[in-house]
Amino acid sequence: MVTFIIRRTLGAVLILFVVSLATFLIFFGLPRLAGATPETFAARYVGKTADAQTQQMYAEKLGFYDPLYEQYGRWIGAVFTGTEYDYGTGVEQCEAPCFGYSFRTNQPVWEDLLDRLPVTGSLALGASIIWLLTGVAVGVLSALRRGSFFDRAAMTGALAGVSLPPYFTGLMFLYFFSYKLGWTAPGATYVEFADSPGDWAYSLILPWITLALLNAAAYARFTRAGMLDTMGEDFVRTARAKGLTESVVVTKHGLRAALTPIITIFGMDVGLLLGGAILTESTFSLKGLGYFAIDAIGKQDFPQIMGVTMFAAFFVVVANLIVDLLYAVVDPRVRLS
Amino acid sequence: MSTVISPRQDPTRTPFLELRDLKIHFPTDDGVVKSVDGLSFSLERGKTLGIVGESGSGKSVSSLGILGIYHRKNAQVSGEIWLDGQELVSSSTDTVRGLRGKRMAMIFQDPLSAMHPYYTVGAQIIEAYRVHNKVSKKVARKHAIDLLARVGIPQPDKRVDDYPHQFSGGMRQRAMIAMALSCDPELLIADEPTTALDVTVQAQILDLMRDLQQEFNSALIIITHDLGVTAELADDVLVMYGGKCIEYGSATEIFENPQHPYTWGLLGSMPRLDQAVTERLLPIKGTPPSLINVPPGCAFHPRCAFAEQTGGLDRTVVPELQLTGTSGHRVRCHLPANVRQEIWRNEIKPNLEGAA
Repeated sequence: MVTFIIRRTLGAVLILFVVSLATFLIFFGLPRLAGATPETFAARYVGKTADAQTQQMYAEKLGFYDPLYEQYGRWIGAVFTGTEYDYGTGVEQCEAPCFGYSFRTNQPVWEDLLDRLPVTGSLALGASIIWLLTGVAVGVLSALRRGSFFDRAAMTGALAGVSLPPYFTGLMFLYFFSYKLGWTAPGATYVEFADSPGDWAYSLILPWITLALLNAAAYARFTRAGMLDTMGEDFVRTARAKGLTESVVVTKHGLRAALTPIITIFGMDVGLLLGGAILTESTFSLKGLGYFAIDAIGKQDFPQIMGVTMFAAFFVVVANLIVDLLYAVVDPRVRLS
Repeated sequence: MSTVISPRQDPTRTPFLELRDLKIHFPTDDGVVKSVDGLSFSLERGKTLGIVGESGSGKSVSSLGILGIYHRKNAQVSGEIWLDGQELVSSSTDTVRGLRGKRMAMIFQDPLSAMHPYYTVGAQIIEAYRVHNKVSKKVARKHAIDLLARVGIPQPDKRVDDYPHQFSGGMRQRAMIAMALSCDPELLIADEPTTALDVTVQAQILDLMRDLQQEFNSALIIITHDLGVTAELADDVLVMYGGKCIEYGSATEIFENPQHPYTWGLLGSMPRLDQAVTERLLPIKGTPPSLINVPPGCAFHPRCAFAEQTGGLDRTVVPELQLTGTSGHRVRCHLPANVRQEIWRNEIKPNLEGAA
């Protein structure tokens, strides 16, 4: 088990390294092939209006004249050990993990990311709990009453839920619940949980439901299919033959086995979401990581893009790692010697 | 259809287990699947009944029916099942559930898929015991270890915490038996208990089941397509075809004086060591009937080599299960008794016994 964890952790680190290299090459290597010069990169930093001399000076200072591998080495070195930036106006100390400074705002990328994380984290946490509970519950009921009116209605609803994009459902919710019914504040701004848990939930309830609807629909379908499979398994028949009550048969024997793949998908979905729920965040103007990523890409703010990509990749890789380990906990057959 | 019951020793006493005209039908979009269509038999404690037949003949469905494991919505069940004076078909789901695992238990075919992969063997036995006995986990665990020891698992105090996949096939079946025995059931149904096992292990499991049956004095139903297993264990044999009993009698009668052409076929398709290698097995031609669309008349007539000799009855009339000879031997066949006897003596028996 220990070797398993070590092996998977090393693998995760390797994946992150490859992701960073690929992202770096896409944003710092490819533009060069397309004709971008070190001065063009510097222009993003100092502005297009700056004269050629200033651009050259900053290109020199930021190391854009160096070979790509040196630039990459510097970037990854800064992530681990921090670095110093000399802007001419004084030396700026950037502590590890240093993802550099935004081209536009001059803010340290790492701190920006940390600022955005609670928003996305809150969104992901609340939404994932809602969709896991409702999705699994609806899926189980559908499977147990296969072919019933409830099953058909739920599965039709699930199909609609999967098909409708968050910017549609989100706007619909805003229109009805905020503007028509006035239950929630339109365009509510995010409130820190620590400041007021009530306001925190109030500001996030519509984004949660919007995001949860999308995934709950998918989870209901997964769970239904899984339950239909496991309830037909021989071990469920054995459980019945023991004289267990039907509720124990369903939950302890059927659902337990059906949940294993759900846990896998859930872990990966949450990991993916922590990197930013772009559509939902944009719909509700939540300044989370997804919003940040879209903004950075739109403005071609390369340090921010690098930072948010690595951040998202980190969560996905860690989620995968946790899922793998969890799998071994859930399914004893995976516990390899 | 007349109810057919084996003769009772004492008319004032009802048999321990008695099925009367049990029918289990499943309505589907394609038609009604008549998995069990009028099955009657009785069984006393300490006795073993072998139910024999091809796949899809209704063997397993009838055993699950006795345990009450069917969807009340999907299955149409009629007839009577009497267990020690209590009728089960008309009893509530909860009543039957309370008996299940306690007074009647089942050993399933493939112990790897029949045991839950996520729980230890011990946990599954403990669960079976604690459903019907209000005892602490500690007491139940002790009981589970005792049971594992009883069915011949070495180091039961350690293996009790193993998962099913850590057991060998034979050990898994032993554990399955231990699970079924956890509440000392009076009726034990074994559905193909040795089919998934190595031949060497099969004999051990059969020995174990015979020992345990004597020890617990339980009624045992062995469901199998393997006549060897039946010969080994059964007192009585019931041959099923197309959801119906087509021959019933003591094991000796069935093996030494079988009367139904289908039983002859089963015996002929049994490999034997004492036959010359050149002797071919005699398979039954054709395939088992669809239970949605059972052939009219005698369900076996399309595959029967002697159907011509019934004068057309085979296609029109469902034969009754009638007494033949003495000692309760019954057969469902249109062939006149003397014709059957002749065919058996002159054509089938010499063939089965080989050239020797």
